[in-house]
Amino acid sequence: MKRKKTLFARLNEHKWSYFFIAPAVLLFVVFIVGPLIASFYWSFTEYNGIHPPKWVGLANYKTIFFDDPRFWKAIKNTVIYTLGVIPPGVVLSLLLAIAVDQQIKFKNFFRIIYFIPSVTSVIALSVIWKWLFAGEKYGLINYFLLSLGLKPIDWLMSPVWTLPAIMIMSIWAGIGYNMILFLAGLQTIPSTVYEAADIDGANVLEKFWHITLPLLKPTMVFVVIMGFIASFQVFERIYIMTESEFGIGGVLDSALTLVAYLYDMGFRKFQMGYASALGYVVFIVIFLVTIINLKFVKSRIEY
Amino acid sequence: MDLAKSKKAQDAIFKTFIYSFLFVGAISMAIPYAWMFVTSIKPIEEIQSYPPSFIVKNPTALPYQDLFRLIPMWRYLFNSVYVAGAVTLANIFFCSLAGYAFAKHRFWGRDNIFIVLLGSLMIPWQVNLISGFVLMRKLGWLNSYNALIIPVMAGVFGVFLCRQFIMSIPDDLIDAAKIDGCGEFTIYRLVILPLIKPVLATLAIFTFLQQWNNFIWPLIVINTSSMRTLPLGLAVLNGQFGTNFAMVMAGAVVATTPMLVVFLSFQKYFMKGIALTGLRG
Repeated sequence: MKRKKTLFARLNEHKWSYFFIAPAVLLFVVFIVGPLIASFYWSFTEYNGIHPPKWVGLANYKTIFFDDPRFWKAIKNTVIYTLGVIPPGVVLSLLLAIAVDQQIKFKNFFRIIYFIPSVTSVIALSVIWKWLFAGEKYGLINYFLLSLGLKPIDWLMSPVWTLPAIMIMSIWAGIGYNMILFLAGLQTIPSTVYEAADIDGANVLEKFWHITLPLLKPTMVFVVIMGFIASFQVFERIYIMTESEFGIGGVLDSALTLVAYLYDMGFRKFQMGYASALGYVVFIVIFLVTIINLKFVKSRIEY
Repeated sequence: MDLAKSKKAQDAIFKTFIYSFLFVGAISMAIPYAWMFVTSIKPIEEIQSYPPSFIVKNPTALPYQDLFRLIPMWRYLFNSVYVAGAVTLANIFFCSLAGYAFAKHRFWGRDNIFIVLLGSLMIPWQVNLISGFVLMRKLGWLNSYNALIIPVMAGVFGVFLCRQFIMSIPDDLIDAAKIDGCGEFTIYRLVILPLIKPVLATLAIFTFLQQWNNFIWPLIVINTSSMRTLPLGLAVLNGQFGTNFAMVMAGAVVATTPMLVVFLSFQKYFMKGIALTGLRG
């Protein structure tokens, strides 16, 4: 005869299981769930981090959407950055992946050298590129421009060029990582498919267009979505390349991105209630962008 | 015969094209690093001389001496190694432990708890920036190793990774150990751990890399000089001595080299790990 066990007996029976998951679950509750709830509450308050938060209802969100030009500037910059970095980055890294996937010499050398920026801290990369982009004739990049007969650009001091400069660095830094992802995708394509195409007399371009590209779609989706998420969270490079005594984001906020703005409001201006609301807006924006991406890519996958 | 010849010629053109593409790319990858290194050993007159040159006439170690004299670089190095090392060890232990329970144990609430954990991967960390900072202050952990280590001791992704891997281990092995009278922890230690070494290596590499390069969290919870990690130190160096390019580049060399050496020694694991998990440092 079976008796129904009490909850305690059931928990006790599996106490080892609960011991095993306890550290991970506890850390999760204290350092992720707790702060998540706290910042949700603070997003409806006025809070400077010192005095107790004061309830203001939806005021923060209202201000963000209807009365905050800096927020919209940050959105605009973030979108420009994302759209400027992802397409060239994806194209270049896909071409690279195909190139190093061929029967060539020094294959490993090429893979390694393209991957190195992915193991370098973004802070180090940013200070290096800041020096490369140095103004007048001192920067290496301006020297190249000059030797091509072009005018030097005051990259990080000009409202027009700050964001493009950072985008150039980001494309450079990201291609090796995406190349490895594409390479893994390429290696899942069975060689028999290509052999069949060879028999049919397909040329290189036809094979790329009708075999490689369609079969790489899952990798492509992954790369694009990860790229979107990373771009919408871009912060470190903005911080290093545009920090001055006036704050971060460059001249006239020309490179102020969403997270840079959140940091500025929270930790420079100590408007922590407002910054918490910004955090939730960033959260929702990234969430929506991911879903739109998935939908968009899915509809194009079916053929 | 003719057809074969033209095919060969086509192949040769294709190969040349590929090599030149890869070669130009490789050079553009290398230039910033070369420029960093060259600048870091240049005396000031050569940095300001025009045209800029990759050849250093009078190499000097002065930027490095300045760096270690003006800034507690050794301390930053130690902090980075200590924090990244501790976080990595903790993750290996806690993630595999939890991953084992989620994969092989049957207990009340298992699937629900796991789904909640997994769902949290969708949350961007920025949401918790402000509240995380306030929590650290309430706990009195600002400017301490606690703030850098404890909150990230068991990452959800690590738990997920371990669980997926452990699920592929046959139950028979665990049952056999049970019949032999092994306790739960002994099974974890003697059966599971040795079998999941490959996934633990991946987890270790990426946790270490992530912590080594972590910036925004140390930026908000650390503001005393002695507690800074390398990226934070480099950022401060950039802010305070931004015009002394030789010294800033020397700092970048010091911050870049250790990870570069580790990467070059274990590069296969890095690339396999990325292909396996899609994880970024």
